[in-house]
Amino acid sequence: MSVLQENDSLPLLEVRHLSKFFGKQLGCHDISFAVSPAEVIGVVGESGSGKSTLLDCIAGRLKSSNGAVLFNSSVGMLDLCRCDEALVRKIIRTQTGYVTQNASQGLKMHISAGGNIGEKLMANGMRNYRQIRKEALAWLAKVEIDPGRIDDLPSTFSGGMQQRLQIAANLVNAPKIMLMDEPTSGLDVSVQARLIDVLRKLVSGLNLSMILVTHDLAVARLLCHRLYVMKQGKIVESGLSDQILDDPRQPYTQLLVSSVLKP
Amino acid sequence: MPPLSYNFAYLDEQSKKMIRRAILKALAIPGFQVPFGGREMPLPYGWGTGGIQLTASVIGPDDRLKVIDQGSDDTVNAISIKQFFTKTAGIDTTEETVKATIIQTRHRIPETPLQKGQIMVFQVPIPEPLQFIEPRQTQTAKMHAFEEYGSMHVKLYEDIAKFDRIATAFDYPVQVHGRYIMSPSPIPKYDNPKLHQSPAIHLFGAGREKRIYAVPPFTDVISLDFEDYPFELEQWDGACAVCGSQNSFLDEILTDDKGTRVFICSDTEYCKNNAGKNTP
Repeated sequence: MSVLQENDSLPLLEVRHLSKFFGKQLGCHDISFAVSPAEVIGVVGESGSGKSTLLDCIAGRLKSSNGAVLFNSSVGMLDLCRCDEALVRKIIRTQTGYVTQNASQGLKMHISAGGNIGEKLMANGMRNYRQIRKEALAWLAKVEIDPGRIDDLPSTFSGGMQQRLQIAANLVNAPKIMLMDEPTSGLDVSVQARLIDVLRKLVSGLNLSMILVTHDLAVARLLCHRLYVMKQGKIVESGLSDQILDDPRQPYTQLLVSSVLKP
Repeated sequence: MPPLSYNFAYLDEQSKKMIRRAILKALAIPGFQVPFGGREMPLPYGWGTGGIQLTASVIGPDDRLKVIDQGSDDTVNAISIKQFFTKTAGIDTTEETVKATIIQTRHRIPETPLQKGQIMVFQVPIPEPLQFIEPRQTQTAKMHAFEEYGSMHVKLYEDIAKFDRIATAFDYPVQVHGRYIMSPSPIPKYDNPKLHQSPAIHLFGAGREKRIYAVPPFTDVISLDFEDYPFELEQWDGACAVCGSQNSFLDEILTDDKGTRVFICSDTEYCKNNAGKNTP
């Protein structure tokens, strides 16, 4: 399907013929793609096109109706839709991250910023308070939040800070892949820019794969290596980001690209 | 009209049988919360409906019942529950821990060490220790099933971040038999070590939440902590003003409006015995 993956014998994550129906309603249908290590994939499309449904199926938050999600985990290639739930939960907890559009869904709002970052560390067995504290401070600095606010509740943070905190809380246990559901929506443009800046730095430094669901083509262009365009639950076009955005082939993609306001 | 009569210990035999089954299951899987068909009891939720159902199911004509509330034998709640069983089961009650075969409690485990053959019955308000981290019961059930307990430490982390020590003083989470995380009901953490390898049977009943769990005799019960912030017991500066005990859980009592305060034992029976020993 794509040029990039032909030489990669083992992708990090492979989605095969994934479908999700809500009764008669189609969520997404016959989706197949692969993500290589350190690759950033963007899924774009208008709202209601099935992007988030696809991401939720990959993250195990929704049970897919059909198809497979193969993940190249530390214990070999696993079908996350089929294998033992205890194992899937463990792999999702330790090797993936999930950033939601609304930070209040991804963060525990009644627990301090440090506690939110430390939660995954403790979930993975760290039992040394000072070490957890040190990691939390380091990650706050990495996502450009004042370390002095480590004991403040996320509800006292601005929207952009909450989103950066959410990213830190997900990256702290060094996942192999991050799943992001419109992380920049609802943020001011300048705040978006800062978030993207932080993300770019982190992604390049950590050798991290990412699936980014967004309807913001500017974000997609800045972050993603490859893009998939979805419409009515199906992938209508795919390719390198610049190729898709500069030379869209499908009429739908052309419409999507031309609908972006140019300053 | 004939006088009202109840079955032995109020509950009908079928209900007792159902609760005993739940107790056996709870004993077989230490710390696991077994759902049961909680019955309406003639007292309000929050006053010990879970505990009273457990007691009603395990009590026999030869049993001697002790009931304590906040460590005290003579509070309204304790006396009412004792009267309830005297009336409906005709059993003897006692204030002496060593003589009791069943001890129903709200907040304390008696200071006098428990013995083989005794049954502790706890009245539990919130049986789910993970509720603070995860309010959804569908999720907490899975977290128990898959032993996903790491985030339990988040509560302790928050304590240390705020107070520089683990400030959780009651309902302090424990791990039972190296497996299930259990809420030891509202006993002070001072009493947690008494559960560890105890020769008695410990039964926990939550009436509103309709859950029963148990710690069988001689079972490991370990309080959660951090490597660098280990589990610690409360300590008091003084001794009990009545009996002079220095190794008992003390209540702080204001004695005037100028802030004068004294400490006295929370376990009244222990205090009485101890005072008798010190002043012959």
